[in-house]
Amino acid sequence: MIEFRMPALGADMESGKLLEWKVKPGDTVRRGQVVAVIETPKAAVEVESWQEGVVHELLAQPGETLPVGAVLARWRAPGETGTEAAASEARARISPAARRRAAELGVDAEALSGSGSQGAVTVADVERAAKAHAPAPQAPAEVVRAAEMRRAIAAAMSRSKREIPHYYLAETVPLARALAWLEAENARRPITERLVIAALFVKATALACREIPEMNGHFLDGAFRPAAAVHVGVAISLRAGGLVAPAIHDVPEKPLGEVMRALGDLVRRARAGGLRASELTDATITVTSLGETGVETVFGVIHPPQVALVGFGAVREGRVVATLSADHRASDGHRGALFLGAIARLLQEPERL
Amino acid sequence: MRREELRALVLEALAHIAPEVDAQALDPAKPLRGQVDLDSMDWLNFLVGLHERLGVEIPESDYARLGTVDQIVAYLAEKLAL
Repeated sequence: MIEFRMPALGADMESGKLLEWKVKPGDTVRRGQVVAVIETPKAAVEVESWQEGVVHELLAQPGETLPVGAVLARWRAPGETGTEAAASEARARISPAARRRAAELGVDAEALSGSGSQGAVTVADVERAAKAHAPAPQAPAEVVRAAEMRRAIAAAMSRSKREIPHYYLAETVPLARALAWLEAENARRPITERLVIAALFVKATALACREIPEMNGHFLDGAFRPAAAVHVGVAISLRAGGLVAPAIHDVPEKPLGEVMRALGDLVRRARAGGLRASELTDATITVTSLGETGVETVFGVIHPPQVALVGFGAVREGRVVATLSADHRASDGHRGALFLGAIARLLQEPERL
Repeated sequence: MRREELRALVLEALAHIAPEVDAQALDPAKPLRGQVDLDSMDWLNFLVGLHERLGVEIPESDYARLGTVDQIVAYLAEKLAL
């Protein structure tokens, strides 16, 4: 039997709220399939299963808040019929009264695990589930969400500043060639495929990681562990306040047009909801682009357990200031300087990005 | 399509990108990006929204003509030969 657990969707996530199951008992689960939606302080996140199987039972109810690591459901491994399969049929038993009450309250009684005799779903189970579903009567949801997000950011950034010995470097990068290329490229592209300069920044950063691998990976258990793939986290500010930094996977292998599409898609989903768990946990380096506000230089705070963050300021008079915040446990200033230099060089040949 | 319908459509496309915006509070004669927090990705998504709704091509070289809501409506009316 495979246990599907509450995932850690951020450096300092302690618990999450199950919003919705995307599968029901008996469904086949493929690797990478979205099986549940979990609410974290930052966003509602679609969570994938990385193990195949058939849904045996759903233990957690929508509306429940559970700690990271808690078993939410069990899958039967491929080929496993299991003696416990019989138990799941027993669990599907619902008393007629409970079924009526479920209909009244709009609860899916079939999805509940019962506490009655032989696992039967009782009226109390239904009412408990309905209560868990009901919106909390206290402060408006947005206010609670904003406060929770602030706390989550505070926890992650405090940890970063407490544990990571940051060093900071800056380099002014000429962008005349990149801007001219972008203008010509956008003139011939249909509007739906148009590029923004941020896509070039993301791609150049990812390619530079190939040259200076000490910037790409995680610092875990007292050691730097370089990552084989380059998944670039992109800091996206949310309209209601706060930010998320979901990842674009395998950026060096993606053509620029695809990086742009992924970026547009992430911005949309970050703001509307629907980010994937893997997008929130897989980043191996982060890029932040604050220049649109007019800011010239941004020295960011590294998102642990990553070891580097690249910042881009405002594009002005054909130039941009690129900065690096890096973890001195994983690299030294000399390598950091080479890394920024590589980004600057790559941006001089936009057609090769 | 009349101008008022076009204006409503522009504001609807904008609300899709920036749901917090109160269309009534926008000054149509003042620069839009000074009143609404739109980065270049938002701006592009807004224009793609107009493109999808109206089928109008909006080249990047025309961005300078799209400063205010009034200008955007006038530009689209011209493109649609209204």
